[in-house]
Amino acid sequence: MEDRLIEETAIALLRRSVAVLPPDVLAALEGSLLLERDPTAKRELERIIANVKEAGACTLPMCQDTGLPVFFAKMGFAVPGFEEAVARGVRRATEEIPLRKNAVHPITRRNTGDNTGKGMPYIYYSFEASDHIDLTVMPKGGGSENMSALAMLNPSAGIAGIKRFVLETVVNAGSKPCPPVIVGVGIGGTADECMALAKKAVLRPVGSRSPEPEVARLEMELLYAINRTGIGPMGLGGDTTALAVHIEYAYCHTASLPVAVSFQCYAARRAHARIYKDGSVEMGGE
Amino acid sequence: MEYHLTTPLSKEPLKALRAGDVVYITGEFITARDKAHARMAEYFKGHRQLPFKLEGAAIFHGAPIVKKEGEEWKIVAIGPTTSARMNDLEPAVIGHGAAAIIGKGGMGPDVLAALRDNGAVYLSMTGGTAVLGARMVKKVLGLIWEDLGMSEAVWLLEVENFGPLTVTMDAHMGDLYEAVRRRASENIKDMRL
Repeated sequence: MEDRLIEETAIALLRRSVAVLPPDVLAALEGSLLLERDPTAKRELERIIANVKEAGACTLPMCQDTGLPVFFAKMGFAVPGFEEAVARGVRRATEEIPLRKNAVHPITRRNTGDNTGKGMPYIYYSFEASDHIDLTVMPKGGGSENMSALAMLNPSAGIAGIKRFVLETVVNAGSKPCPPVIVGVGIGGTADECMALAKKAVLRPVGSRSPEPEVARLEMELLYAINRTGIGPMGLGGDTTALAVHIEYAYCHTASLPVAVSFQCYAARRAHARIYKDGSVEMGGE
Repeated sequence: MEYHLTTPLSKEPLKALRAGDVVYITGEFITARDKAHARMAEYFKGHRQLPFKLEGAAIFHGAPIVKKEGEEWKIVAIGPTTSARMNDLEPAVIGHGAAAIIGKGGMGPDVLAALRDNGAVYLSMTGGTAVLGARMVKKVLGLIWEDLGMSEAVWLLEVENFGPLTVTMDAHMGDLYEAVRRRASENIKDMRL
């Protein structure tokens, strides 16, 4: 397979993701507008939906923060030069779409001007025997990413402790992550794995539930509790603080109970492509 | 209440604004975010004249995506950035005459006090609504401190009926964000988990 194909797919994914909000997210926003009782909250939601629709219709970035390019790759086979090809796609997308130039050296703060650099774009890998590569992009905005949190709880804190930490994190974040948000929760694993679980949870389609009943129940209870905080759209008060709570978990040490929260703003951008060995590409689908 | 204001903003109409009101602004916006605020602070310290006028100004915490078409700059997308990052530097900007600060997420207690002391307001734009934002910019009037980079530079923009903006911090210590946050903290305290 030509790495040129990977590069072109990366550009196409970025182009689509910054302009077109996935239908499940838009539907959730429209649904919340119907339920919202607060007039300020209603106005905020109306502005949000109008902007999202306008961006999609004109293929323009829906938010000026086009984020950092985070990719998820599920690989059925190896492609030599895969990472460099994705990075080339990001560089070209930055010029051609254009994207805002967000990637800076963390210490010198020097901006590369092309959204790439050491460790960026970040690519999460998973491997599975198949004749294709699933490549998903999630342009990650700074406002929501800055509110990420990790707690290493005592195991005795239990489910109530998990809930307490998630709720306090949401209240502490307030208006900053651009609510209504999608709350990704990671439970278990090691500290770093837990954060990655929270990030991956954010990627799940809005409205999807964990296949495991006890996890699904916790998702629903947390969503209900978060929406009872009254933070509301953009933190100005109202009924809609989160569109969804998604939980991913992993087994952890018997002495540990890691809990991580990753936020996605209402502009929960993502785009997916399936690249086949024969060079054909399918865009869309989850 | 809904208000339509024109820049440069004068003190009287701003005094009438209360947290929760809605405002539309016509006139000029000065974009400034982290680096522009830091540079303004240097100018204040050195008693140097800024290359733009702060008296009655509307300071927009926004960083546009721009495109050059011929000789003209065109705004592709512009929305508000998180204002709290500028908490430390904003009171001086307000003290030097800025009458409206526009952004998202609200600002800290020092800024609220500065708003009160100077009869200024903080206005919130719906986060991320960058396409709607770009539509309300009629013209790019100037680019200052270009060396800070496209998204950190100061853009002078002509805007028309820019809004709806929500008054979230008024000149009378009214703070909508703080009120919502306090209520949310109370709400979770009582929740049985």
